[in-house]
Amino acid sequence: MSLPRTAELDDMPPPLPVRRWTLARITGLVLLSGWVLLGLGVLYFLLNSWNPELISRYTPNYVSGLWVTIQLVVISILAGAVLSVPIAVGRRAESRVISSLAYAYVYFFRGTPLLAQTFLIYYGLGSFRPQLEAVGLWTFFRDAWFCAIFAFTLNTAAYQAEILRGAVESVGRGQWEAAAALAFSRWQTLRKIILPQALLVALRPYGNEIILMIKGSAIVAIITVYDLMGETRRAFSRTFDFQTYIWAALIYLVLVELLRIATERIERRLTRHLGR
Amino acid sequence: MNGVLTLLSFGPAGWGDEIALGVLVTISLALVTLPFGLAAGFTVALAKTSEEPSLRLAANIYTTIFRGLPELLTLFLVFYGAQIAVQQITRVLGATATIEINAFVAGIVALGAVFSAYASEVFVSAFRAIPRGQYEGAYAVGLSRRRTMQLVILPQLIRLALPGLSNLWLILLKETSLVSVIGLADILRQTGIAARVSKEAFLFFGIACLLYLGLSVLSSFAFSAIERRVSSSGPSR
Repeated sequence: MSLPRTAELDDMPPPLPVRRWTLARITGLVLLSGWVLLGLGVLYFLLNSWNPELISRYTPNYVSGLWVTIQLVVISILAGAVLSVPIAVGRRAESRVISSLAYAYVYFFRGTPLLAQTFLIYYGLGSFRPQLEAVGLWTFFRDAWFCAIFAFTLNTAAYQAEILRGAVESVGRGQWEAAAALAFSRWQTLRKIILPQALLVALRPYGNEIILMIKGSAIVAIITVYDLMGETRRAFSRTFDFQTYIWAALIYLVLVELLRIATERIERRLTRHLGR
Repeated sequence: MNGVLTLLSFGPAGWGDEIALGVLVTISLALVTLPFGLAAGFTVALAKTSEEPSLRLAANIYTTIFRGLPELLTLFLVFYGAQIAVQQITRVLGATATIEINAFVAGIVALGAVFSAYASEVFVSAFRAIPRGQYEGAYAVGLSRRRTMQLVILPQLIRLALPGLSNLWLILLKETSLVSVIGLADILRQTGIAARVSKEAFLFFGIACLLYLGLSVLSSFAFSAIERRVSSSGPSR
């Protein structure tokens, strides 16, 4: 037996620092095990109350509810995006009347609850039934589904207009001036220089807005649209089984997390030239 | 026009007093939720900025859950979940009394949890905006960790977090309307009852919207006053 040579000792990595049992570490482990226990508890609850009949009966309802939620969000986000352009332009308009009108629109829809707006449109417009019938719009506003889309579109248009405005304003004045110096027209400047930079800034807020819409769309269940939340409420009122709500929570969490991860990936991909 | 004024009057024929009560309920629910949400949000933010990975993970799970669930679903989970839990416990204990979960309390718990999840993000970014030198300087003059937090970090943190927190307050104010669904007599529920009874839905829901709008205008006045005070009390960086 020979003693290890010093060179070998030198090659050995330094000893790992001793992880001491600090208060933070103990608290962290306790809380983490709390979450693990909660997760296991939910799993146990779901397995324990596993009821093939219930599952097979309500799975199609949940799928169709999820589909309704997705449709509602996609339609309102797209329609809201279209509507948000004139509002954002109006906010920056030279005319005081137009800019204050646009500001009032944004302030109203951002300052009141989405639920109150939905009620105002769904129940409130019923007060104008004769007038709406006269212009042939009553079939549209009689339907909870169309009312929900209408309310959500108006609401998200206000938020998206602010996102758009903020993003365009985040692009420096110099960009406009340089483009003007190169004899770009206003429209060309906007399309080729400003928007590509602005939309990068707007990507994350847009992602957040979609997530907020997914979460906000749950309130249509109250005006009898059977989205994911509506189906959940219906299933709960028929079975009084709490697992109906647990399943809905899991679906919403997965949906929102997927969207968040997707936004992050897209943002990382699109900003790779910035070397962030 | 006269009919509208009668409908809105304070008295047996009008809905003014009922709606005023609703406004009080809305304001008090938001005001009671605020301190809980702030305290929880600050604690979660401390955990998120901790050096201990398990603590960070536990805090991140918290925010992922409460920022990912629809607020309405969180409210139902708390409301019905607590009801079922209480029933189970009373059954185990052999009692037969049925205990109702108060909608107000369920609202505080659910809205407070959501508020704290978002507030923790605001606090975390405020923490990140405070340079390390502030801590090092405070330790160098012999302040303990606790005193450093109280005397050096918190005053700066409040100033940095205030805009984000005022935004969250406005969101909280609007989200209180969800508690009307589980039966709390707030602005939206009271105006909803008035709308159903009087058949003047547009009038009453319009008033509900205007009341919420008024509350948020008032809050933004209050916040700009606070912001002016806070920013004048210290050197701007």
